[in-house]
Amino acid sequence: MPKLNILLVDNDPDRSAVVRQALQEVGYHVIANLGDDVNLSKNVFSLQPDIIIIDMDAPGRDTLEQMREIQRGQAKPIILFSAPDDQHFMQEAIRAGVSAYMLEGLNQSQIMPVIEVAMARFREFQTLQKELEDTRSKLAERKVIEKAKGIIMTRKGLDEESAYQMMRKMAMSQNKRLVDLSQAIVSLEDLLG
Amino acid sequence: MQSNTNAVPEKTDLNIGYIPLTDCAPLAIAKEKGFFSAEGLTVKLSRESSWANIRDKVSAGVFDAGHMLAPMPIAAALNLDGLHTPMLTALSLSLGGNAITVSKKLYEKLAEFGQDLSRPLASVSALKQLLAQHQAEKRPPLTLAHVFPFSCHNYLMRYWLASAGIDPDKDVRLVVIPPPLMVNALAAGQIDGFCVGEPWNTQAIANGIGVAVSTGVDIWQGCPEKVLGVTQAWAQHYPNTHQALLRALLNGAVWLENMQNRAEASAILTGHGYVPVEPALLKTFECGEFQFCGTGPVVPVPDFCVFYRHAATFPWVSHADWLIGQMQRWGQIPAGHAVGAVSAQVYRPDLYRQAAHDLGLPYPLADRKTEGSHAQRWWAETESEPISMGGDCFFDQIMPA
Repeated sequence: MPKLNILLVDNDPDRSAVVRQALQEVGYHVIANLGDDVNLSKNVFSLQPDIIIIDMDAPGRDTLEQMREIQRGQAKPIILFSAPDDQHFMQEAIRAGVSAYMLEGLNQSQIMPVIEVAMARFREFQTLQKELEDTRSKLAERKVIEKAKGIIMTRKGLDEESAYQMMRKMAMSQNKRLVDLSQAIVSLEDLLG
Repeated sequence: MQSNTNAVPEKTDLNIGYIPLTDCAPLAIAKEKGFFSAEGLTVKLSRESSWANIRDKVSAGVFDAGHMLAPMPIAAALNLDGLHTPMLTALSLSLGGNAITVSKKLYEKLAEFGQDLSRPLASVSALKQLLAQHQAEKRPPLTLAHVFPFSCHNYLMRYWLASAGIDPDKDVRLVVIPPPLMVNALAAGQIDGFCVGEPWNTQAIANGIGVAVSTGVDIWQGCPEKVLGVTQAWAQHYPNTHQALLRALLNGAVWLENMQNRAEASAILTGHGYVPVEPALLKTFECGEFQFCGTGPVVPVPDFCVFYRHAATFPWVSHADWLIGQMQRWGQIPAGHAVGAVSAQVYRPDLYRQAAHDLGLPYPLADRKTEGSHAQRWWAETESEPISMGGDCFFDQIMPA
């Protein structure tokens, strides 16, 4: 079987690096890794990929739709929408954020493993990113709470533990998250000085 | 006709995808003004970046319905998109709304060949003469952009070009560019002109990058534009939900039709992130006025984009017939591919009439009208008062007396 040439289009460079590596590890040839869709049609014409893996949300997808149009009726169509007639598979791909286009004539058994690898990486990346975001926002929350605690300690002349307990009690009685209460304290302090 | 208003919707939490264009207004208004919730529906509207995305998500059931280009459900029913998921529409979301805008540079060249280039006949004949000159000088073809292979933009632009004997597949290069990227592509000189919906023409014109050479409705009066698309399977599974959705959107369209509500609608569209642009760019939508050229006069264009009057929400089967004709004309439907009764399977006036009936709104009795036969205002027959209709002529045809 000839080696399949894959074109990756993804504006997230970290994610596309991971996907590229994963595809290369299982023996596919990633011919290019495009970060934007500005010259998408030109690039597809010059690179002649067998398969294009593209971020579901890339606006350039509509450009690809037209490219399969142009090829219709000619000897060798470049790309064709690849979603196999499998609703579940398509839903999975959509949830993972992947869409793919392929050379006409490739069969499902050739394309499926490629999309599966891409899908798995996309999903993994999403999970990682979510974890990273959670950690970041927790850190940010922590900072606000610390700052608010500092303000209460100075203003009320309390020690750290008592200031913290006071804030917790207040948050509970107002049915607020501690971080929201802390944010209010910090804002008020900025305002009143 | 029995009322469907007391039927319980089978599903009440819905996801609907839309593209950030002014004509997503009926969806945005139905949500923000409470027409969905009045029907017991909780609708999440999801802003998408491509028509392909909306089509795929509706096909796969991730979305219940989509803001679609009128030809999309037809392409799906004919399996031209290869997804094997036939769709239908029972509601048109808008008529018109597009314009063809060219770069300032191209406009200046066209001006050497014609006058009043805001009219399609004058602008395309100037273009034809310029292309002949370019060909003699062996210059590369001009590049014009539209938004999707199955779009009225594509067909209107091709119709306009072909009317002057310009072959859209040979004499120019047609490309697809997502609407929000259009203006940048024109500014960067990647394209020489485009056919797109609002607010993108206005943006190019306001920035002095482009000049409009025709509106969509000047090519074909009252041309279909966006529809509410669902899969045929979805419509079968959730008939009551579908009716509730149609009623909510009809109420939204009626509300939008009142020009006094447009300033509020405009604030909703730009302020709630539906169309993330400067509010000033929604002037055409807000006031029914259009400025073809940044230095030119502001002219009234009351029918530039119509949401309710002229039976704008009615899914005319004759619209589908015309669109299928264009798909055949330009080779999207291979010769010999049976089209059969597809237009009447995809465009569903029967479902529309049920919803209109339940709201006490008038609805046309005919499924089709003879497109191109009405140059002036006319009246569509209903069970009660007739509906005042706009024209439906093409710019290059000899107007009927």
